[in-house]
Amino acid sequence: MAATDDAKAAPLRYAFGNVLSFFILLLIGILAFSIRLFSVIKYESVIHEFDPYFNYRVTQYLVRNGIYDFWNWFDDRTWYPLGRVIGGTVYPGLTLTAGTLWRIFNSLNIPLSVETVCVFTAPIFSANAAWATYLLTKEVKGTGAGLTAAALLAMVPSYISRSVAGSYDNEAVAIFALIFTFYLYVKTLNTGSLFYATLNAISYFYMVCSWGGYTFIINLIPMHVLLCIVTGRYSSRLYIAYAPLVVLGTLLAALVPVVGFNAVMTSEHFASFLVFIIIHVVALVYYIKGILSPKMFKVAVTLVVSVGLVVCCAVIAVLVALVASSPTKGWSGRSLSLLDPTYASKYIPIIASVSEHQPPTWPSYFMDINVLAFLVPAGIIACFSPLSDASSFVVLYIVTSVYFSGVMVRLMLVFAPAACIMSGIALSGAFDVFTRSIKFQLPGISKNSTLDAGDTGSATAVTHNNAVKTEKKEEPAKDRPLRKNRKKEKEHVEKASIKSRIEKQLLVLPLEASIIAIFLLVLLGAFYVVHCVWAAAEAYSAPSIVLTSHSHDGLHVFDDFREAYAWLRHNTEVDDKVASWWDYGYQTTAMANRTVIVDNNTWNNTHIATVGTAMSSPEKAAWEIFNSLDVKYVLVVFGGLVGYPSDDINKFLWMVRIGGGVFPHIKEPDYLRDGQYRIDSQATPTMLNCLMYKLSYFRFVETDGKAFDRVRRTEIGKKYFKLTHFEEVFTTHHWMVRIYKLKPAKNRIRGKMKKTKSKTSSSSNSKRSGTRKRNPWH
Amino acid sequence: MAGVVPRLLLVLLFSVITQFPLLARSSSLDLQITNAECRIDLTSQIVKVFLTLKVENTGTSPASELLLAFPPRQVDRLALVKAACTVGKKKKKTYVPLEVKPTELPDAPNDTKLFSILLLNPLKTSETATVEVLLILTHCLEPFPAEISQSESQLVYYHDSAIILSPHYIKQQTTYIKTPSTKVESYTRVEPTNHAGTQIIYGPYADRPPYSFSPIIVHSENNSPFAVVEELVREVEISHWGSLQITEHYKLAHAGAHHKGVFSRVEYQSRPSISGVSSFKHLLARLPPRVHSVYYRDEIGNISSSHLRGDSRKSELEIEPRYPLFGGWKATFVIGYGLPVEDFLFESPDGRRYLNFSFGCPVVETVVDDLTIKVVLPEGSQDPTAVAPFPVDQHLETKYSYLDVVGRTVVVLKKKNVVPEHSSPFQVYYKFNPIFMLAEPMMLTCVFFLLFMGCIAYLHVDLSLHK
Repeated sequence: MAATDDAKAAPLRYAFGNVLSFFILLLIGILAFSIRLFSVIKYESVIHEFDPYFNYRVTQYLVRNGIYDFWNWFDDRTWYPLGRVIGGTVYPGLTLTAGTLWRIFNSLNIPLSVETVCVFTAPIFSANAAWATYLLTKEVKGTGAGLTAAALLAMVPSYISRSVAGSYDNEAVAIFALIFTFYLYVKTLNTGSLFYATLNAISYFYMVCSWGGYTFIINLIPMHVLLCIVTGRYSSRLYIAYAPLVVLGTLLAALVPVVGFNAVMTSEHFASFLVFIIIHVVALVYYIKGILSPKMFKVAVTLVVSVGLVVCCAVIAVLVALVASSPTKGWSGRSLSLLDPTYASKYIPIIASVSEHQPPTWPSYFMDINVLAFLVPAGIIACFSPLSDASSFVVLYIVTSVYFSGVMVRLMLVFAPAACIMSGIALSGAFDVFTRSIKFQLPGISKNSTLDAGDTGSATAVTHNNAVKTEKKEEPAKDRPLRKNRKKEKEHVEKASIKSRIEKQLLVLPLEASIIAIFLLVLLGAFYVVHCVWAAAEAYSAPSIVLTSHSHDGLHVFDDFREAYAWLRHNTEVDDKVASWWDYGYQTTAMANRTVIVDNNTWNNTHIATVGTAMSSPEKAAWEIFNSLDVKYVLVVFGGLVGYPSDDINKFLWMVRIGGGVFPHIKEPDYLRDGQYRIDSQATPTMLNCLMYKLSYFRFVETDGKAFDRVRRTEIGKKYFKLTHFEEVFTTHHWMVRIYKLKPAKNRIRGKMKKTKSKTSSSSNSKRSGTRKRNPWH
Repeated sequence: MAGVVPRLLLVLLFSVITQFPLLARSSSLDLQITNAECRIDLTSQIVKVFLTLKVENTGTSPASELLLAFPPRQVDRLALVKAACTVGKKKKKTYVPLEVKPTELPDAPNDTKLFSILLLNPLKTSETATVEVLLILTHCLEPFPAEISQSESQLVYYHDSAIILSPHYIKQQTTYIKTPSTKVESYTRVEPTNHAGTQIIYGPYADRPPYSFSPIIVHSENNSPFAVVEELVREVEISHWGSLQITEHYKLAHAGAHHKGVFSRVEYQSRPSISGVSSFKHLLARLPPRVHSVYYRDEIGNISSSHLRGDSRKSELEIEPRYPLFGGWKATFVIGYGLPVEDFLFESPDGRRYLNFSFGCPVVETVVDDLTIKVVLPEGSQDPTAVAPFPVDQHLETKYSYLDVVGRTVVVLKKKNVVPEHSSPFQVYYKFNPIFMLAEPMMLTCVFFLLFMGCIAYLHVDLSLHK
């Protein structure tokens, strides 16, 4: 853009191309931001779902008390009576990002509330992620592919599902960090610049701060390095790209309290150290090869290999012994369930009970990446012609992420950027070929084709890109030496390469075929856009704390969750403890500001099992468990009146399973009739007498006289019963949340006490020991 | 015309007072109340007392001051005292407001608090005048029993005296108490006493000496909503660009008998007439006309249950808290709305601008324990002064809002115990130079200009060492 002084047409056109791509990027950013605002427009500016509420609460604390208090924060309002060290167990990246944003706005006297900043953090970072995708793809396959990939990523439904406005979760920031780290890695690989290597380590640090998924980076990059070494692509650039990342990155990662020494101690990180050793050995070999004569080199190799093998064996033996001594072989439960997809369902019901940890179904692939699924193979093929370090990296990235997304539906999120990059490469390659053949066959308009394509394709950003791209496609292979004066040199190289290319590689297709193909590609892109907008507007923008339904008399709003939380917030004592299933823990602490027993950070299985046991026990036993935990209120979610399917009765079997996993007197078969879970008259007596059933259906029969459950589509089994140890204190408008209070222990009446004493004195001992076993907190 | 006459009379009155201050004080007790009629309205949580006093000067010198006495307990709950006297004959009768101010007498018994009413013109010997007094009392209905369950209705005590506490001699007096329903549990009898329908009549009593007191208790049913705003902060932000943004933070409570035990949604929904009769779930806020961008939310998000109706004279916002409020339950919420600035902002003849806005709480039938009004003036305004029709505490603050540099002056007005009758306009005068309106746009323009300049400079400067 600077070199317009020599009044030639070409530099001017490059300047125009740069400005155009800048504006396209700006538009992509705006698109990425605004497509995520459906939730705010259709619903309201509010934090969504469960985990975002926790992040929001942490951000509030950070903003109120400052960073040092944040690191030392011991939260006594959750996991009562254990508490939780928030500063040391939370990935602080998202919180610190939003907190910093808030601070910047407030220092400019723009009085945004913390909530507003939190709600819009995710859309802002999706725009950043789109730009990062542009940079990464540009490094791999040039500007055109970059712009296409950025446009695709800006609206890929998989990523939208995690980053709509209000979805204030780690992934929103982490995907940006992930892509940006990859970009910097590839950039370092292409340039060999230590500057980018350092930036890469810092970006990796940000990723470690943001999400547990950083282990994906620290395993993928070593894999790629290993791949390069094995395929004989070792270079000093590879060394510079990798070695500083491991050293600096590990040091920085260890600074994050939640990672700490895990950065060197757990198996997830071992691959990087192993490759670190290997790359040094290889570097040494290359160095020695350079200074020795071939004959001497052979001697040295035999010597080193024999000694090295012995040392290696010793080290590996020690490592294996160390790793084997730990029960999980040094892997965390979530990582293990990644490597062995059946692991969680066998051993950790808590991980398996979360729907986002289930393997995805085929429709969910189509839902989440849509047409990209068909473009990815083409992109992979495009990456092989020619194969460079960078393109081999994205190929490796997509292969691994396909596997991970197949294990856990949540990791579809990691797969989506790879799919976008590949599809971007494929689409832009296709457009490249087609437009070039059109241009070749119509030499008269070859000069104007840029502008034409730019004008006609304004509907989708996809078609914009081909215009830019055809003119200024960069040389894909980046094996150029380190560039000092990038700007000017690049232009010269590009000028030369384009001229040579037009003459050299003409893959000319017939004119009609090209036009039809372009039309079909645009159509494909249009389908993608329509699907993405639909997904953003309809599928992924519901905040889940407020539900709406369309009936014949207009929109009906179910705002029961907040009704209950607001009631708890204003009408109970500040220090009251509320027991509920762990799903509602984060929301209760954030919205009702009351102490909870368990929450969505499922770090203590026993504690969760205790609550599960209480919910699946009969009333008296449950009262004892809750009373021993100091619980004052019990909150259950009940959808039977309005037909809200994800209520506690439907989650109940998980409570039984998790409870039974720790307290064996809770047995799953007791709650099932012939292997079937039912609550109608065929249900087992254990089921009909458990606390969850009673709290959900208490006085339900009085609503319609028949007690018809609209979720289970059946009449309930036991309709008339009384509660002896609990009393209903609040039920929301649509009965979706019901709150019960534990009745105080009854005063003993003197006469009665004497009677019972004389009667049961002999058996009281055995009884008490019986209850002791049952109640884990006595 | 009607406004001018009272003002003239007031001026006249002031001149009279300043001429004979000592005279007026000494002669006040020479007044005698020949006939007193006291009507007490207990229908809502706000107790309204209408006194009609016929006074006669039995002394020798002219008297200009009528005294009202209150037991100390009542004074704290007294939100408003208004007095007026009638002028003219039957058809052309008009009410002229009289000045009321707290005063003290050395010989008042048992910490009795006194208010003095300045009469229009001093009464000469054996002249009579009629004075109408309106007293508004809050928080003086005491729920008994103090805790009720969902199916019970609310009963309240009202303590007062059958005879008006007065430093003056009362010749004849009658007290009428209007109860909200015919259901009266009990009432103190001070003969003669009559109870008919929703009315209890005490008296007439004759010839009571000063400071006579005969305590009565009326125990009656009262299911009107006891909606009390414990704290209300209204923030009025003036923008000369055309909008007045109002944000009101409410801390609402049900101040009636506390809810006890179970809350059953089944009963509440299926039998609304007998279940939770003392609870309330709707509130009505009367907002000024032409209101726009109304929102109603609390700290955890929007509250979807509200309706806005409006015509050219007023707007009504019907709001529903997230849950029905039973006795002792609390809720907080925020109402915000915008108003066109030309309806409320005017220029006074001396060149200053003034905001003319309504004091008090827009939610009808509520008592506000603690009201704070913050008027945020535009950045760069000077010399703010507030004028309110009744005494309020005021001070100044500074607030930083969108891209402020020096901050905006905030005039803070505070008043305790505010009732709907306080919703009269107040004014805030300030000086403002319209050039300040351009400060922030200019600032933004400069920033972007510098940004682009910086970009251009960066692209044209080659900082590399090697050429």
